[in-house]
Amino acid sequence: MPSFSNITNSIHYWFNQTFNPTWALIFEMVIAGIAVISLFAILGLILVLMERKVSAWMQIRLGPNRVGPKGLLQSFADTLKLLVKEGLTPGGADKFLFNLAPIIAMVVAMLLMAPIAFAKDFQLWNLNIGVLYVTAVSSIMVISILMAGWASNNKYSLMGAMRSGAQIVSYELSAGLSILVIVVLTGSLNISDIIYSQADGWWIFKGHIPVVIAFIIFIIAVTAETNRAPFDLAEAESELTAGFHTEYSGMKFALFFLAEYVNVFIVCAIGATIFLGGWMPLHIGNWEGFNHAMDYIPSSIWFFGKTFFLIFVIMWFRWTFPRLRIDQLLNLEWKYLLPISMFNLLLVTAIAILKWHF
Amino acid sequence: MYTNTNIISEYSQGPSFGGVGEADGDLVINVGPQHPATHGVLHLVITLNGETIKKVEPHLGYIHRSIEKMCESLTYRQFIYVTSRMDYLSSHINNQACALVVEKGMQIEVPERAQVIRVIMAELTRIASHELWWGAMAMDIGAFTPFFHAFRERETINDIMEKTCGARLTMNYMVPGGVMQELHPDFQKDVKAFIQLFKSKVHEYDEMVTGNIIFQNRMKGVGFLSKEEAISFGCTGPTARGSGVSCDIRKLYPYDVYSKVQFDEVIETAGDSLARYMVRIKELHQSIRIIEQLIDNIPEGDFQAKTKAVLKLPKGEFYTRVETARGEFGVYIVSEGGTTPYRIKFRSPGFSNLSALDTMARGEKLGDLVAMMGTLDLVIPDIDR
Repeated sequence: MPSFSNITNSIHYWFNQTFNPTWALIFEMVIAGIAVISLFAILGLILVLMERKVSAWMQIRLGPNRVGPKGLLQSFADTLKLLVKEGLTPGGADKFLFNLAPIIAMVVAMLLMAPIAFAKDFQLWNLNIGVLYVTAVSSIMVISILMAGWASNNKYSLMGAMRSGAQIVSYELSAGLSILVIVVLTGSLNISDIIYSQADGWWIFKGHIPVVIAFIIFIIAVTAETNRAPFDLAEAESELTAGFHTEYSGMKFALFFLAEYVNVFIVCAIGATIFLGGWMPLHIGNWEGFNHAMDYIPSSIWFFGKTFFLIFVIMWFRWTFPRLRIDQLLNLEWKYLLPISMFNLLLVTAIAILKWHF
Repeated sequence: MYTNTNIISEYSQGPSFGGVGEADGDLVINVGPQHPATHGVLHLVITLNGETIKKVEPHLGYIHRSIEKMCESLTYRQFIYVTSRMDYLSSHINNQACALVVEKGMQIEVPERAQVIRVIMAELTRIASHELWWGAMAMDIGAFTPFFHAFRERETINDIMEKTCGARLTMNYMVPGGVMQELHPDFQKDVKAFIQLFKSKVHEYDEMVTGNIIFQNRMKGVGFLSKEEAISFGCTGPTARGSGVSCDIRKLYPYDVYSKVQFDEVIETAGDSLARYMVRIKELHQSIRIIEQLIDNIPEGDFQAKTKAVLKLPKGEFYTRVETARGEFGVYIVSEGGTTPYRIKFRSPGFSNLSALDTMARGEKLGDLVAMMGTLDLVIPDIDR
């Protein structure tokens, strides 16, 4: 199949032929922006339906099965419902912040799509400090949650937002340290470099013990960062009635909702890129025939397959485990995950220097 | 329009009960009456200092239907069925209590077959109630899946009830003198199939919830109720047995055929939420044991004693108590000799169990409140009557 670089190169060439360079650049940016927004919307639709179906099958029931064949058009019905709902702003709410919070959440999610490589040569922005960019921009999410909780003028929302803020800020440390493990092994913050360094095997296989530990800590930390169960105190329905987004309805709630699911996709994409090889196919040692067969599967299928597998694991967590209390959650991070991550970092530095990895 | 500070200062100026004043910086929040975790319309006014609970005040009465007053105009055959609506998860057992008190008053001898059927129905109801409690409690703690597993078994019990009694929740089956109608021909086969199903699935409960470390961390050491406090509040049932109080009515004051079956009274001494949880899980096993002993040996005979059409209790006072899934349920009738009682008082187990919530909750975190309320197994219509 034609590689993506052919398509992008031909588009780039055509634009530069037809318009002057500045206009060409602007048009390309517009196309990229539209692509990101539509991916955001499509992913939102797919993930919402996936969550409902996966949860249903784990709970011995069927899930949505009326709208469309096997319920596949359920997301459209949900979107339509949220669009036509009355968007109520509570009296006494800080109007500017109340309206700004979901927009920030959405913008952060979209910004994070930039450095992700969806397939071979298909990356919006191959910046040199891709990993640093991802960790930094995902921290902005906290601001939107705190804004939402404060501006709602509601005790429950405020409590939920405070809890959520503390949780996200704590778990960013462990997530960052886990990513650092791979950066130490690769020697570069560039996402493309990290993927290419996995051409002879994914890091989770090459880097044995420290990378497996880092992967497990990463999965736990990103579950906490995206406010998913078992760390979903901020939106626990049976405790604080939806926490920081209690007062949101209609389109603004839809934006928060979508931003949460797209965040899950993005952190799984980062995890798949860094630990599982991104779009690199699975190669096993010297099995030439097997490796050749794996190469035939397009790289985008590899990437999305790995990402959706991680998304499935995160959804699996939600419907299996009970919720942790806020102090147990913070205990887990500061007393267990952080020391283990720091020790792991030392371990992997020693292993990288002594070249004890594959 | 109010700002945050105005709302807080308004609440702080209200009266304070229980000797706990409201210091500056205390937040007073309302949990309920409409709340996903309170299992009914329960209004709790909680005084918080940060995340720590300082005082819990339950406000009751949102579902008070003056059942006791209503019963004064119902005959002794009619009033039994209102009690199904009180603790609707133990409806058979409530009905059994009312039938027992009328039989005691009129000296009616219940045939053995009817007694055995009553006990089997009561134990099935106890299992169904504990299943629902388990599923709802896991859901409150945050694990949504066990709810569906619990209902899978509960649906089987509901189907058995529907075939024999005609209804799934408020089964009006007990009458003074026995039971209302003959068992369905499939009853024995269905109950045996249920026992097999239950035994094959009950290990899932331990794997999914009881053995889960997150769950244990949320329940261990949370909501301690000492033995003296449990007795002084009048707690009964698994709430008290989790604190070491021996109070199973089926053992202490046996009724129907409970004196003839072998089962253990489950007592745990830790007094925390996990102990109360384990009491109910073990009670599930004991109930299955009772049913297994009885299902093959249902004696032949009448299912109802011959009684007059219109029942009249002699002048006097009569009291009976039974062990429902929540605790001790008592029926106290004052009769003037007519066809309707002069005064009925129902001693509800939930009312006394709820009164212990304040003591248990002081000093715990808000997130633990849900775990504690879950282990008390409150059914609000039972409390409010």
